[in-house]
Amino acid sequence: MRIPVEWLREYVAVPKDARGLQIAADLVSVGLEEEGLHTGGVTGPLVVGRVLTREPEPQKNGKTINWCTVDVGDANGTGEPQGIVCGAHNFEVDDLVVVILPGGVLTTPQGPLEVSARKTYGHVSAGMICSERELGIGDDHDGILVLTRKFAGDDALLARLTPGTDAIPLLGLDRETVEVNVTPDRGYCFSVRGVAREYGHATGATFTDPVTALDAAAPQPTTGGFPVELRDEAPIRGRDGCDRYVARVVRDIDVTAPTPPWMAARLTEAGMRPISLPVDVTNYVMLGLGQPLHAFDLASLEAPIVVRRARAGERLTTLDATDRALDTGDLLITDRGGERPVAIAGVMGGAETEVGAGTRDVLIEAAHFEPVSIARSARRHKLPSEASRRFERGVDTALATAAAQLAVDLLVEHGGGVADTEVTDVGSPAAPAPVSMPVSFPSRIIGVDYPESEIVTILEAIGCTVTRDADVLTVVPPTWRPDLTTAADLVEEVARIHGYDAIPSVIPTPPGGSGLTHGQRVRRIVADVLAGQGLSEVWSAPFVGADRYTALGLDADAEVARSVRLANPLSDEQPLMRTRLLATMVDALRRNVARGSRDVGLFEVGLVVDLDGEQRSAPTEDVGIRPSDETLAAIRAAVPAQPRHVAFLLAGDRDRAGWWGAGRRADVTDVIELARVLGEALGVAVTTVADTVAPFHPGRCARVELEDGTVLGHVGELHPKAVAGLGLPARTVGGELDLDVLTRAAEPPVLARTLTTFPMAQSDVALVVDDSVTAAAVESALRDGAGPSLESVSLFDVYHGDQLEAGRKSLAYRLTFRAPDRTLTTEEVSGLRDSAVAAAASRTGAVQR
Amino acid sequence: MSGPNTNFDPVEVAALDPEHVESAVTSALDAVAAASSLDELKTLRATHTGDKSALALANREIGALPPSAKAEAGKRVGQARGRVNAAFAARQVELEAERDERILTEEAVDVTLPTGRRPLGRRHPIELMSQRIADLFVGMGWEIAEGPEIEAEWFNFDALNFDADHPARQMQDTFYVDPPEDGLVLRTHTSPVQARTLLDRGVPVYVAAIGRVFRTDELDATHMPAFHQVEGLAVDEGITMAHLKGTLDRLASELFGDGITTRLRPSFFPFTEPSAEMDLRCFVCRGEDPDCRACKGTGWIEWGGCGMVNRNVLTACGVDPDRYTGFAFGMGIDRALMFRSGVSDMRDMIEGDVRFDAQFGLEI
Repeated sequence: MRIPVEWLREYVAVPKDARGLQIAADLVSVGLEEEGLHTGGVTGPLVVGRVLTREPEPQKNGKTINWCTVDVGDANGTGEPQGIVCGAHNFEVDDLVVVILPGGVLTTPQGPLEVSARKTYGHVSAGMICSERELGIGDDHDGILVLTRKFAGDDALLARLTPGTDAIPLLGLDRETVEVNVTPDRGYCFSVRGVAREYGHATGATFTDPVTALDAAAPQPTTGGFPVELRDEAPIRGRDGCDRYVARVVRDIDVTAPTPPWMAARLTEAGMRPISLPVDVTNYVMLGLGQPLHAFDLASLEAPIVVRRARAGERLTTLDATDRALDTGDLLITDRGGERPVAIAGVMGGAETEVGAGTRDVLIEAAHFEPVSIARSARRHKLPSEASRRFERGVDTALATAAAQLAVDLLVEHGGGVADTEVTDVGSPAAPAPVSMPVSFPSRIIGVDYPESEIVTILEAIGCTVTRDADVLTVVPPTWRPDLTTAADLVEEVARIHGYDAIPSVIPTPPGGSGLTHGQRVRRIVADVLAGQGLSEVWSAPFVGADRYTALGLDADAEVARSVRLANPLSDEQPLMRTRLLATMVDALRRNVARGSRDVGLFEVGLVVDLDGEQRSAPTEDVGIRPSDETLAAIRAAVPAQPRHVAFLLAGDRDRAGWWGAGRRADVTDVIELARVLGEALGVAVTTVADTVAPFHPGRCARVELEDGTVLGHVGELHPKAVAGLGLPARTVGGELDLDVLTRAAEPPVLARTLTTFPMAQSDVALVVDDSVTAAAVESALRDGAGPSLESVSLFDVYHGDQLEAGRKSLAYRLTFRAPDRTLTTEEVSGLRDSAVAAAASRTGAVQR
Repeated sequence: MSGPNTNFDPVEVAALDPEHVESAVTSALDAVAAASSLDELKTLRATHTGDKSALALANREIGALPPSAKAEAGKRVGQARGRVNAAFAARQVELEAERDERILTEEAVDVTLPTGRRPLGRRHPIELMSQRIADLFVGMGWEIAEGPEIEAEWFNFDALNFDADHPARQMQDTFYVDPPEDGLVLRTHTSPVQARTLLDRGVPVYVAAIGRVFRTDELDATHMPAFHQVEGLAVDEGITMAHLKGTLDRLASELFGDGITTRLRPSFFPFTEPSAEMDLRCFVCRGEDPDCRACKGTGWIEWGGCGMVNRNVLTACGVDPDRYTGFAFGMGIDRALMFRSGVSDMRDMIEGDVRFDAQFGLEI
């Protein structure tokens, strides 16, 4: 909300020397956050000039221009007369005019215009003699602004005007406008009246409510006015859509009469464009008092007006020339006894009854509409208007009479109209409900000891009526504060007017917690280990398109089925929530490579979606009510499963090249190792099994499992097609594991064995097996064959070559034996080794070399 | 070897002649002194103490001496050999020390050579910041709660007193899951964790929720469609707004330095009443520089919202609002990182460029 300071001063006694910056700071203290501070767009040098000479010079194009010299005092730095070409003719030598010198800036509909000396009509014109419109202080563009005429009669002022005087303050172009952010609970602050009231609270300055005088001046309602019926057949939440409708008629208005400059200036400063007198008056009243008004062309209205809900199939062409299908939830203003819609109540009027150039008589509507109804209509029709913005936040229920009166007064005064003596006023809004509050309540909530007298003073200052019964205050909020419905609302008023700065700083003392959860600790370990392994952590926005899954070689339909789709994605190309981290992480890898990084290791820990079956609908419950257990269970059940994953990608060299020698390219063993290292870090045994799943190379993919076969995820080299399709570095490797599964696996406490200190014995065996036999199978056979005395198995060589048949390989193992209770003899060790080899032979066809 | 000689006079045996012995000693000592390497010393040792050395030959003659002469000759030769051996031993130590020193010198390397076969990776600074905040709350006896990112509308809004028709609900720039009637959203704040926590844990409760939230903002230097928040919730008997202020002051001084406090300004949030915006004392100028760029000269930096938990929220979550009071607050972690580390473009935080992480260590 933009509050012109000059307007604010009309309602509250702002100190004479207070500038916008201080006013904004004062308003912050009561909760109106500063959004900006605006001044007029005209910047100097803009000075008073006296016309010294004026030579009319007819031009070839038929125009006559005036070559003038103007005394601008010392404002041009020389004191010499300023030569200026002027196209207007409404001035004489010796007139006082307003001159903008080179370097000054004017505002134009096209934006700021910096004035410079320029050659035109055979002269160098060093500046401009300005019109009111050029200065943004009026619409007069027929001639230039002649100060001698404008201020005729004010001899004292004219006497002070000498050439070179700064014209910016003279013309009010230094006026300031404070822009404040109004929170959604403070509808009344969408008006100068409301902000003026708050300024009074903030500073103690005297607030004069303009409504008081207007109410006093307004005639009593009569029965003979324009007939209006309130007939809401379908109230929302039991509340009538319209509970007050005031209609006033003003006849014989000159709709072409100009809007007075002071009003146009206030409207402009408040951010609205002056349009025509009737429209400007309704906007002016809305900005000033907070009551949205609507002006109908009386001639095109047929009595009676009926306020009712729309019927199915009804349509209305609104002021913005859009033909709209109405919803049965829309509250309408209709005429002809309810037959014809003429406005969507509180949102926008209809085109057929619009005030236009031919209008002579207008009907001013000042009504109170129910916030929810207006909010829904504005949203439904995507028509957030100045009116709807106010109604949905709650308009003062007692404001209609005063607002209509102000509009009538202005139309009579500036449009030459005549007000009907008949006044329509139907409906009776419910009086604000009293709120009970124990006297001690504000202190209990805020932790500041507020004396009762101060609580009462503050509540009365904001407009409440306060009565006391024993230790309980009964507080009736003012009609402009529909937000004050609970004791807590009153506490905020007490606290903010007393000052939030007075709240002390006290650290609470919780009963003591259990520290981080197991899952939280696991997550830290996983991330720290991966960072220790040389990978950099990233996080990516979780939005993908189905094409990404296709590019990864995944079954896009299956991924989409597990995913959820956004109704309003930022990009239509990425409407889905990711089912795996790698789907979005590859972008980060590509970006790094594009920016010149060659050897890149990335990891991400984050949530993915894993929808099990059909997406379910989550029920809801109104605010302030605990849902039933069944409803709550259904709400929870509708939230799709979102497991936490960890994923990693390696491209380029894993061990880098340098002065020490060549580097080593990352390959599939590196990501297998990462999976194993994570298992080791968490004390969880993980194994890898060959697998063929996307997005991995079918021959270079491992399924990562727990000992019991639970799948953790997959690691591998990305499929060459995926690499090519996504523009990734060749031979990129990666993996993705379910961190929730790993977390659970890491939960049981580790049982430690007693360390044996008897000597170990080692024995090496080389086993020849078919290429298809996995190292894991051989090792497992060796372990089983050797029994519990086998302490470790280490594969130290894998050999393919001339000395073997094709399709065979030799695996060389070092077996380390140790018994818990004695030194093993050479014979025992040989026996154990032979058993190991025999097991390997029988289970894998291994032959000792 | 000569035979026994009963009339033998040792002085007449040339090899045992004192001068001869002394000369052998001198010659050996000179040689030792001149030895410049361990190898040379080894050769000299053979020459001067070996079987064929003058002293060894002299020693051998002693056996042939009459008993009366043996003692004296033995003493002379023994002392001579002792002196020579001691000299060798001493020189040996010296030369070994020299050798050891030389080897260490020769083995010196250029310690300024670059390293980095496998450079250290990094944590994302937002995660580090989150951890730091979590640790602070854990240290104060709080716990860290979590919730889903795809969330039921009821948890994200209704439970928090955001009426379906309230303007505040429309101002949230919410991502809706399709179809919108299914009542699922991407959480717009970490506040739904408040409701989940109250329902799941009951009261008293002191939890912080840290996580990712979503708004329909296009990515640019100052907006991200996904960002991070920390939410605090304390519900207990006797909780006041002063406790809120104390907790926020503590958080501010832990993250931004001693003496950095907060300021509360009246505001509005559906789930708190009274509500406040929280400003942070500018940690760059501490309110003392009217030209400060961080706070634009105001001395304060806007950080988040907070307030006393609205009784409708407590009721919706099954907590007796007449017995318990609580406070809640929420603030941006990304913003905190921007303040603290001078990050000027939010895109650097989300694009995953390793150069961004690499500017930070593993502690923030």
